[in-house]
Amino acid sequence: MNARQALEALLPLLDDEPAVFATGYIARTAQAVRRRPQDFHMIGSMGMVSSLATGVALGRPGRKVIAVDGDGAVLMNLGALPTAGALRVSDLVHVCLDNESYESTGAQASYSAAVALESVAAASGYRSAVRVTDADSLRREFGRALTSEGPSFLLVKVSLDDGPAAPRIEAAPERITADFKAALR
Amino acid sequence: MHWSAQHTDNAARFLSDLDRSGYDFFTGVPCSLLGALLERLSGDGRYYPAVREDAAIGMASGAYLAGRRPVVLMQNSGLGYSLNVLTSLNLIYKIPVLCLITYRGQGPDAPEHWVMGRSCEALLRDIGIRASVPAPDGLAQALQEATRSMKETGEPYALLIQRGIFGA
Repeated sequence: MNARQALEALLPLLDDEPAVFATGYIARTAQAVRRRPQDFHMIGSMGMVSSLATGVALGRPGRKVIAVDGDGAVLMNLGALPTAGALRVSDLVHVCLDNESYESTGAQASYSAAVALESVAAASGYRSAVRVTDADSLRREFGRALTSEGPSFLLVKVSLDDGPAAPRIEAAPERITADFKAALR
Repeated sequence: MHWSAQHTDNAARFLSDLDRSGYDFFTGVPCSLLGALLERLSGDGRYYPAVREDAAIGMASGAYLAGRRPVVLMQNSGLGYSLNVLTSLNLIYKIPVLCLITYRGQGPDAPEHWVMGRSCEALLRDIGIRASVPAPDGLAQALQEATRSMKETGEPYALLIQRGIFGA
């Protein structure tokens, strides 16, 4: 399973839940799979997806908020894990597509091959933290996270995508903000 | 640590100003110059501690997207960490957050504050974030101007908080 296949398994399970996608190929691939007003595609500010989703969840409790993160971004903003864990952000569903590399910049290796990020999430106080490696388990565990009290962490091991890169984010950043904000009202 | 009656009074008054202007989500990283303000916010259970200043701005930005009016509290040493999120999230996505940034290194201070002390206003100006340095009796008016500016531009605004207002 590569990141695109993971997103193709995951995104159809979303109804109207807000979702935030990490900068780089994750946001671009997610946009290519499906685009809803409730999707916030990040360009820039690598690492901030988890903090942003935590803020959405704290700001408007009662609806699940999905962060689709990458291993490099999780490692860059590792402090977001104890923040969500200690604050018991019950609406946060934190998915990490882990290809053990910085794929968007040429697939340089990251440390997630050596460090189990779901263990870091568990130690940080996430109510659940699991690892999946195939699409069926991903669908099952993601569905469970959507209906359980969080914060939940779902580490999805993915292979590098050898196809062409998905197109850049099409909507202007301001438009993404306006659409997302309106959709959450 | 204890804050003087003056610090506590200033904090109570400024928090009422913030309430009246609709600010309702508080996060940040502590600085002793914000002591009385943080004590009051934490006591009310409406402050979400962040581990680093850029993450605080990230959380505040999420809260804004969810319909809240966020405030980030930090020391100017955290402005360096915050430059990336401010320039590649807030300014381009038009996500306004009110930043209360303590002005360390303004006048005599420890060596680690010298460089940021003399650079923080210029840094904010260079990246295009409006800022002011209110006197203790000018906080309410500065807040009004900050609120007006954020509404007009959709961009963050920084109030640089001098030593002696909310803590020392």
